Amino acid sequence: MFIYQAFGARALSTTTDPTQIALIQANTNALIASVVLGGTMVAFWLNVLWSMASQLYWEKEIGNLQLYMMAPMNRMALLGGMAVGGMVMTSMRAVSTLVAGILVFGVVFRVADPLMLLAVFFTALVALYGLGMMFASLYLLWGREAWNLSALMEEPIFFSSGFYFPVGGLFRVPGWGPIVAIIGSFVPATFGLDALRQLTLSETAFGGQLWIFDVKTELYILLLMAVLFLILARYSLAYLETLAKREGKLTSRHQ
Amino acid sequence: MNTFWRTFKVAAWLGWEMDSNWTEPWLFMLYSVVKPVAGAFILVLMYQVFAFIGNTQDLAAFSYMYVGNSFFIFVGSVLFGTFQVIQSDREWYQTIRYVYISPISYYVYVVGRAVSKIVVAAFAVFITLVFGVAFLGIQIHMTLDAVPLFVASMLLGLAVLLAIGICLGGISFLTAKHTHGLAEGIPGLFYVFCGVLFPLSILPPWGQAIGQAIPLTYWFDITRRLIAPSLGVDTTLTGYSDFTIMLLLVVSSVAFFGLSLLIFKTGEYYARKAGKIDMTTSY
Repeated sequence: MFIYQAFGARALSTTTDPTQIALIQANTNALIASVVLGGTMVAFWLNVLWSMASQLYWEKEIGNLQLYMMAPMNRMALLGGMAVGGMVMTSMRAVSTLVAGILVFGVVFRVADPLMLLAVFFTALVALYGLGMMFASLYLLWGREAWNLSALMEEPIFFSSGFYFPVGGLFRVPGWGPIVAIIGSFVPATFGLDALRQLTLSETAFGGQLWIFDVKTELYILLLMAVLFLILARYSLAYLETLAKREGKLTSRHQ
Repeated sequence: MNTFWRTFKVAAWLGWEMDSNWTEPWLFMLYSVVKPVAGAFILVLMYQVFAFIGNTQDLAAFSYMYVGNSFFIFVGSVLFGTFQVIQSDREWYQTIRYVYISPISYYVYVVGRAVSKIVVAAFAVFITLVFGVAFLGIQIHMTLDAVPLFVASMLLGLAVLLAIGICLGGISFLTAKHTHGLAEGIPGLFYVFCGVLFPLSILPPWGQAIGQAIPLTYWFDITRRLIAPSLGVDTTLTGYSDFTIMLLLVVSSVAFFGLSLLIFKTGEYYARKAGKIDMTTSY
């Protein structure tokens, strides 16, 4: 946020035209608001990585995984419960980021369609945690690499999914930009953030040049992702269970 | 002194083995570079988006930010590399009791373990800077006569970072599994208040006061002055000469070294007294 403020201050220092000054101020506010929204999503993404995706791996290391495997329960329900807990806990951090952005930086949000906003937000969360559930099984298979994988999916995903800038900016970079943006689009946060920014900053912000699709299309994509990731999570958990029974070493620690 | 050196060498080797043995060497090097480079790219895009919507170019401000961000890689790596040692040995590998009772200085052991992180961070900083100069037009012009001062400031900056890391490590003797919180929080504070990405003048007065009280602020400033002297961005520290900043860094290094010894020994004493040296908290 301070970065955009610094850019804005330097741009203002060389401008005297009132129209240009108003434009720079409006753009700076919209960019800071983009970062605030990105900051709230960062909280959820980190929770998906370090709690949801890493959960079964941590449980293995602690020694609880065999108990989970033996218990007569649905493993999806277990992960689903953990996801809901994670969402509630992370909401505190996300709300703090939002409040700090509004109070400290004077960010202005204009929500014209609150129902659509809620629909996009919760669909994005379901898709994100669905992805986390799928990762939970894969992390368990990858063993010690899981920790590094989570670490590796921080900055690169913040970058490719546009957590700190409208992701449409990537499409303006000739050559590699669109490729990175398309790869980043496989993370639901990309479309979730893009739609949330359109709904809170208006579709005309940044001259309407930095959005990927319209909000409705992005909501449909998010719905598709939510269903797909939950199905894939179910299959990967089933595969994991089979592997656990067949090889009998999945619960061995430090592997 | 011989024991210290041997402990340092073996701990550094052990740190390297532990950091890199989870995968193939090429994948480890790739992993070590991808994270910081992606972090730099976030800034690149932030700048490009601002330039695109405002139709303005400000390469000096961008270079200021890019260079600061590149050297910030050291902060995260050295701090985390230092204060995670006690937690990982105690909770994760559960080897702390064997290391602790061996006839070595545990303080030197912790410093040695952090060295592998410094080496990997140096590699990542180098790659990030080379990439910036080659492809992004970053304005770096370090003259030969600035090299000795640059090396000295790097050593002092790293010494301050190590000392701060050991202070936190000393606290972690008594805490449960809070390494990640510290790993995110403390560097985050430095990121905001030390003029890493923007001049201190952007911060409110109380923020500037905090920034000027942290020695790393001066380290970032002199590093930028030496490797990118032509940026022309007002850092609000122009009143400080290179000599004054070096003096501040020397004093800070000594002060933080003393503080790290005090906190480390105090944490160690209370951990021993409370029987917490080898505690596990179901990490």
